[in-house]
Amino acid sequence: MIHKYKLNGYGVVLDVCSGAVYCVDDVTYDILDYLEDSVEENIDKSIIERLNGKYSDREIREAYDELYSAFKGGLIFSKDRCKDEVGSELLNSPIKAMCINISHDCNMSCEYCFASKGDFGCTRELMTFDTAKKCIDFLVVNSQGRRNLEVEFFGGEPLMAFDTVKKTVEYARGLEEKYNKNFRFTITTNGILLDDDKINFINKEMSTVVLSLDGRKEINDKMRKTLGDQGTYDRIIPKFKRLVELRGGENYYIRGTFTKNNLDFSEDILHIYNLGFNKISVEPVVGEEYTDYTIDKDDLGDVLREYEKLLKIVYDMKKRGSNIDFYRFNIDLKRSPCAIKRLKGCSCGNEFIAVVPNGDIFPCHQFVGEEKFTMGNVNAGTFNGELKKAFSEMNMYKKSKCSECWARMFCGGGCNANNVHYTGDIKKPYSLLCEIEKKRIECALMLNVALSEQRT
Amino acid sequence: MAHLKIVNGSDLIRCTAEGGCGECQVSCQSAVKTSSAVANQKCENKAEKSKAE
Repeated sequence: MIHKYKLNGYGVVLDVCSGAVYCVDDVTYDILDYLEDSVEENIDKSIIERLNGKYSDREIREAYDELYSAFKGGLIFSKDRCKDEVGSELLNSPIKAMCINISHDCNMSCEYCFASKGDFGCTRELMTFDTAKKCIDFLVVNSQGRRNLEVEFFGGEPLMAFDTVKKTVEYARGLEEKYNKNFRFTITTNGILLDDDKINFINKEMSTVVLSLDGRKEINDKMRKTLGDQGTYDRIIPKFKRLVELRGGENYYIRGTFTKNNLDFSEDILHIYNLGFNKISVEPVVGEEYTDYTIDKDDLGDVLREYEKLLKIVYDMKKRGSNIDFYRFNIDLKRSPCAIKRLKGCSCGNEFIAVVPNGDIFPCHQFVGEEKFTMGNVNAGTFNGELKKAFSEMNMYKKSKCSECWARMFCGGGCNANNVHYTGDIKKPYSLLCEIEKKRIECALMLNVALSEQRT
Repeated sequence: MAHLKIVNGSDLIRCTAEGGCGECQVSCQSAVKTSSAVANQKCENKAEKSKAE
């Protein structure tokens, strides 16, 4: 199976099963219209007849011969070997990552908050240090032989429980040598409570920081408000700048959300860049209930065109030497994940879990509060291994629509929580998000092609 | 001039045999957790190898 498309004047071909990516000229691009899943040694005369008015006989034959060489080398129309060779690797894995919802409370009241303004529809509460310690103990035991463990402090707003965050980090660090573990901490914050003490601790201990900002002041302040209904832009920008500066500009993302209110989100990304932040991730709003800001299928054309517009902007900036890093366009073909990881896709409920302040365990932060997805409780020492097994089996091949999609090795079958919430079936992806993801992958691959062309 | 220029080779075939160490960052395809979508992640082994080279 191949996927071919043109973007920004580049012909791009992806060989889906091998992962090979090509830059092709027009004649090659057109020949591929007449090839289904193989390349014969000798060109079918009907291909030459069909393309003869457009290209010379020699051009067509040369391009065809190159396609045949690639086919012989197993680099185009390659077969899917992963299903048989990797199948057994796709089952139960140690739990090695945990989202700790340290605070089910928030000092902001964002219109689009998927966490129901911080409390996930539950009681407003902060996690105690005793429960946080049990989270770390759970992870150390259940990660088995895995060395690299991930803990994400999430909420609500995690800075509202910062003393517990600090003590939890210190406790985990104290276990690293004894159990041969390497903790990597991440924190996601709205920035309101940031001060120099917190910034210094975060920059010393957190391998990644995610800072929430939607872009232009009027866009940010329309959605991201204080409890007193005031915009937050002016309060958080100086704090984010200080944190990033003291961090040396590394390992952070400015994380924004776009809604129906800013389908021109490339303007927000440029705004964030012009503020001095180069690592940027702006994502479509999440929420299954229809509101006046929800992105729906009528918006899809605008959203896809905006990604293409953004691609042109990012490409032109990179050509001029800019260090802009838009997360979704950032596919590193030289260091991409292995097939096993790609086919597993979403790790929720298997390698990754979320724990809430009362100690309840959920498959991920997006399942929090849903009783039928409660997996256990760290305080009670309970854990539902059967539910974990069920999630471990949710790899890409179990999702029929995904297993036939050209983007499958880049998307891995989508977000299990989104599938449940939007389609009611964990095996069925939400088509709107699929189309958005496919466009972002096309953009990212085109950027690889264009930048490699520039180097040659 | 080549009609067909390869930008990246058969990465998936090779890593079918070599992959699966499980030490890289977990993947989350949700838009909420931004920095761990599988398409945009990196292999830790390859990162280590490229540092050593």
